Order: sequence, then C-alpha cells, then structure tokens
Amino acid sequence: MTDTAQADLKRTPLYDAHVALGARMVPFAGYAMPVQYKLGVMGEHKWTRENAGLFDVSHMGQARLRGVAPQAAFEEVVPGDIIGLKPGKQRYSMLLNKKGGIIDDLMVARPDADGLFVVVNGACKENDFKVIDAELAGQVTIERLENRALLALQGPKAAEVLAAHLPAAADMAFMDSAALTAFGVDAIVSRSGYTGEDGYEISVPAEAAEAVWSLLLSDERVRPIGLGARDSLRLEAGLPLYGHDCDETTSPVEAALTFALSKRRREAGDFPGAARVRTELAGELSRVRVGLKVLEGAPAREGAEIADQGGAVVGVITSGGFSPCLGQAIAMGYVPPALAAAGTALKVIVRGKPQAAEVVAMPFVPNRYHRKA
Amino acid sequence: MRFTKDHEWVALDGDVATVGITAYAAEQLGDVVFVEVPEVGKVVKTGDGLAVVESVKAASDVYAPIAGEVVEANGALSDTPETVNHAPEGDGWFAKLKVADKAAVEALMDRDAYEAFLQTL
Repeated sequence: MTDTAQADLKRTPLYDAHVALGARMVPFAGYAMPVQYKLGVMGEHKWTRENAGLFDVSHMGQARLRGVAPQAAFEEVVPGDIIGLKPGKQRYSMLLNKKGGIIDDLMVARPDADGLFVVVNGACKENDFKVIDAELAGQVTIERLENRALLALQGPKAAEVLAAHLPAAADMAFMDSAALTAFGVDAIVSRSGYTGEDGYEISVPAEAAEAVWSLLLSDERVRPIGLGARDSLRLEAGLPLYGHDCDETTSPVEAALTFALSKRRREAGDFPGAARVRTELAGELSRVRVGLKVLEGAPAREGAEIADQGGAVVGVITSGGFSPCLGQAIAMGYVPPALAAAGTALKVIVRGKPQAAEVVAMPFVPNRYHRKA
Repeated sequence: MRFTKDHEWVALDGDVATVGITAYAAEQLGDVVFVEVPEVGKVVKTGDGLAVVESVKAASDVYAPIAGEVVEANGALSDTPETVNHAPEGDGWFAKLKVADKAAVEALMDRDAYEAFLQTL
C-alpha cells in the first residue's frame, strides 16, 4: 500500500502503543489496526485460549441511545427482546432491513439508567447509525461515543487479571454490563467478547486508553493480541463475522442466529423482515450457515465452493482457515438445509480440487463463558 | 543462491534449480500450516504459480522465479509444513526445476543485492 493510503487511515487511541509493541499494522474498517504482534497469529491464538489476551477494538462503534422509551423504540430495528432487557444486562442482536437481511450485528446493553449502550461493527458503524437515526427519528437521540476506546480482555485468566484492578468484575456473569469507575475513570464493562472465552469488554475515555492498556499488559498473564488471532478465535467459537458470514442478503434464520429472535417478537411479527423470517422458520429455507471440518488438503477459505458427494455445487464457504486448537482446517459456509445435519459428508473445492469435508456442530471449540449457575 | 523481489530463492546445481522462500518471507507469513507443492512434470514459465503456502490466516502463492520443468517436489512438507518456518532456505524448499536458461538464474539478485532490497521495504 502507498504512504498516501496509509495516511488516510484513522488511528485508534492505542495506535502508538501498537507500534511500540512491534505490531504489524494493516488497514481494517478504515483504521490502521494491529493484525499481529511479535508472538504471531498462532502464538497469540493459543495464548488467549490458555491465559489472557488483550485486544484493541476501538474501531467499533459505541453509542448511547436516549429517548422517552429507547428500549421500545429500538425494537423497531432489531428482532430481539429489548423491552425485556434488564438493567445491568447486555444482549446480542442484529439491525435488520425491511427484507429481513442483516445490516449489522451488534451488542445492546443497559449498563445504567442512561438509555441504551450499543456497540456495532467498525466497518458498518456510519451506515448503522444513519439507519437507526432515520428509522427512529423523534424517538431516540444517538450520541456517538467517538471519544472512547474499547478494549477486550479474553481468556481463562481474564477474570483473575481484571479482578485485581476491579473487584466488582468478579461478580459479573456472562452478558452482564455495568457503568462504573474502573482504573480511575468512568468505564462501561461487560462480561462478553468474541473469542468463545470468558472475558470482558471495557469502554474507557480515549485519553485513558493507553494507561489502561499498559496496566493490563504489565500483568505477565496478559499479551496483546491482533486481528489475525481475533479472527481465528471467533471462527473456532463458531461466531459469524459480519460482511463475510452474514450480510444484507442473509436473514437471521439463514445465518443460524435464531437464538437472537425473541419468541414474543416472532409471534408478534413486529420487526423488519418478520414475514420472511416466519416463512423460513416454517421450513421454506434455501440455505443455512453450518460449520465444516475439512478432512484433507488445504484450508478452505472464503469463496471456496461446497459440493455434494456427486460433485454438484451446493454452497459456498464464507470464512475458513486453520484451527490452531484443533490442528486442522475448519470453515463456515452456506448449504441447503437438507445437507446441514452434523455428520453430512460434503466436498470443498480448493484451487479446483475437491477435498473431503464434514458438517459439524458449532462451536468447533467449546466455549467457556462465565454463566451464572 | 539467487533471490527475487517476491522473496523466493533459487539455488542452481548443474541444470537443476532448487526453489524456496526466503527467511524474510517465512517470517512475514507467520506459522505455515499447509504447503501445496507442484506435481513432478509440471512445466512453468517465470512468474507462474509454483506452490501455495498457507498460514493460519491466509494462502499465499509462490511464483516460479525461473522457467523450467518440475523434476522433484518436497513432499515432506505435507506432514511438516512448519519446516518452511524452521529452515526456509534449507529443508523448507518447495521444488526442483530443470532449467534451460541458466543465465536467467544468474541474472537474479545475489544475497547482497537482496539484503539491500530488503532495506528498502
């Protein structure tokens, strides 16, 4: 890439910290982001599964939605139960278009009494907030929190690491969210992440980001982790990457995200694209996202075709790679429901060669979220 | 040993050229998890795809730095792709090519020139 293009990239408040750590910086969602540090993708992946990894996800879009009834209003653009979202809780949901296609996936939380706290994907954030603003005009006001950084601390040792700085974090369960004072600043902390591990996402003012980052990294259990390992971790966890595993053409049913469809909302049919979702849930479904283990040959990556045993193309891989924890190639892709059952033998076509693959249940690697008993 | 700007190396022994990627390239790729080597008998022109080397994150093409016919491929890499990281300029070679134009090999960068090229990156 040219210097000019590099200069056009935005920087998170942690840019200098990444460079100082020897990160390899790449363009991502309009930002210069660390794809890996000195440990490398494989090492960073395994470190996160065994210890605690620290991620800069400040490129993501943070906002507050306020209004007379922001929860009821937000239900107009997502299919989840937002009215039922209790104080101190966070939920995964999706912005849907009128055809039931996924505009973006997101986290929505009530960390305090100040409306809703929403985090959306970095690459989608400008459009997301434009859509929310257009659809909910007069009902909610959007305050973009562009002066805040977002850090993710993920892994089996994340809880004990954070508890040393923030004892209250130990009492949080998976998908709890809290606005509190942490590291001496006003923070929004949730027990969540996108790696399949226990961990936290920590929103802090931009000016405090480097101090919080450095303090967490000073713990020998913590290493910085780049986007490369973030991608392989979420793939093993079976979590879809927006723009790859789902987009404006895929519905929540096709994307195998029906857990995020509230029963009340499904019955009421009162969300964008509800008619399509209802039809698909009734069985008229042409494709669904599945996990695949590639049993031989090269990793099957995004764009590789999926064929049935007879060689007919039946679908496409939407993300794939090598699983550091399983030591084999894994992938996600779309196939007809008749071929979606775990154990179904399929082929993936890599550089023209059919290779044996098998549909498997996701996550590929068991998740270890800290759920309350 | 001669080098290309695509970070391949070529070592000529008689009219057989052994081809691999440089230590710099291997470091840039990160942990190699899969290597696809060419079949014996394949005839390649300079710049044709010769092998594919895959890390956790991405697949990268390795181009033929010289025209020739594949006379041997490093099949051991299918079981131990990490050899490309451990010994990129040794046991991590990809293929041996029978070359017609040995002068074309000599025309590539020598190590000093390649080291100087790396400094410009």
